[in-house]
Amino acid sequence: MIKPHGGTLINRQITGDNRDKLLEQSREMPVITLSSALRKDAQNIASGLYSPLEGFLCKEDMENVLEHSRLSNDIPWTIPILLDISEEETKKFSEGDQVILESENGEPFCIMDVEDIYTYDRKRYAEKVYGTTDKDHPGVQKTDLMGSHLVGGKIAQINVSPNPFENHTLKPMETRILFKEKGWRSVVGFQTRNVPHNGHEYIQKTALTFVDGIFINPIIGKKKSGDFTDDLILKTYDILIGNYYLKNRAVMSILEAEMRYAGPKEAIFHAIIRKNFGCTHFIVGRDHAGVGEYYGPYAAQDIFEEFPDLVITPIFFKSFTHCNKCGGAVDGFICPHGDEHRENFSGSKMRDMLVDGQIPPPHMMRPEVSKLVIETDKKFVD
Amino acid sequence: MTDKKYTTVSIPIPLANKIKTHMEGTGFSSLSSYVTYVLRQVVSSLEEEERQKDSFSKEDEEKVKERLRALGYLD
Repeated sequence: MIKPHGGTLINRQITGDNRDKLLEQSREMPVITLSSALRKDAQNIASGLYSPLEGFLCKEDMENVLEHSRLSNDIPWTIPILLDISEEETKKFSEGDQVILESENGEPFCIMDVEDIYTYDRKRYAEKVYGTTDKDHPGVQKTDLMGSHLVGGKIAQINVSPNPFENHTLKPMETRILFKEKGWRSVVGFQTRNVPHNGHEYIQKTALTFVDGIFINPIIGKKKSGDFTDDLILKTYDILIGNYYLKNRAVMSILEAEMRYAGPKEAIFHAIIRKNFGCTHFIVGRDHAGVGEYYGPYAAQDIFEEFPDLVITPIFFKSFTHCNKCGGAVDGFICPHGDEHRENFSGSKMRDMLVDGQIPPPHMMRPEVSKLVIETDKKFVD
Repeated sequence: MTDKKYTTVSIPIPLANKIKTHMEGTGFSSLSSYVTYVLRQVVSSLEEEERQKDSFSKEDEEKVKERLRALGYLD
């Protein structure tokens, strides 16, 4: 089994008597209210998905991540996991104090040991993480809305948050035990944010040829208006796996996180998360975690060259099309036929057809998947 | 801004020269950055070879398996 990133799977979820004691003590503590995105980060730290992090980054680690894409102990890390607060909030506590982190619904969620309170330069942060300060970039927009101060320190999760996808949620400890029980020595992770079409299936099965199992890991979280709903993404994958995958070769569970659209740096971050789940390989496609034209089409693949110590092996894919002459999915390196024979796996084209109640051709999308999408009333996020 | 800390390691000059020839065409701009890259690779593979200790108890493992069966992930 591949080791967790940094060597140890972090578990900061407190249960039993210790949890009761902490909850009791927390009544006197100052409160920081987390946004939904920060609550997800806190949860992912506590469950070990962000191992070796045990809390939100202190200044030294943040600076190292920005400047060198590594934590201060030299472990690769590309996306700073930060807890931002307003200047007003800094007056409520000092370094050395404990604070309670409340979830967005006002429930106590974590206790945090405040180790560091510090300021930062938003522009520099955006430049280093997103490679741009362009206000049209969603990450830059988000950065502009961040509080003026950051708080670093270890956290301990004392409550769980409501999860509508509980049956599709596995912690890294659980996936690691699952992969072991299935006898998988090699596992490829696949990230998705969409209803599956045959291009996705082709990539997954091509990768699966080289490993024991595939871990399909949809990102569940805030989406743009018009995106397929999380519920539909999970149901279509259930149908695809049930009909077209060997039961003992494919597993799906969700990743509750928000996209940062940081392109190459986020690709490394996503690989680290899958390593913590127990994946030995990770599929990186064209413009992974990209948005607009901010990153080169294969920048998210090239960046892996800078991390010889990442251990998880990336599997790179170019873009695929369907070749009518070959009768299957191809790319330019394996198909001798010209563009006149090729059809793109265009997600937006298939989406438009589905909205109109038309079933995309079976070489583009599995009929069972198309049928389910058409029959679902609430297909898209409002 | 925090400066990254560096230290100096002495290696034989003939070895350094040999490494420089390997470095040609790799895109690395200095011997130090190339040696850092190679050492990171070596150290991480050494660490990976050490046996991974189970960080969870038998009891935890059984509980997890029970949940995995209940959710249909395991038979």
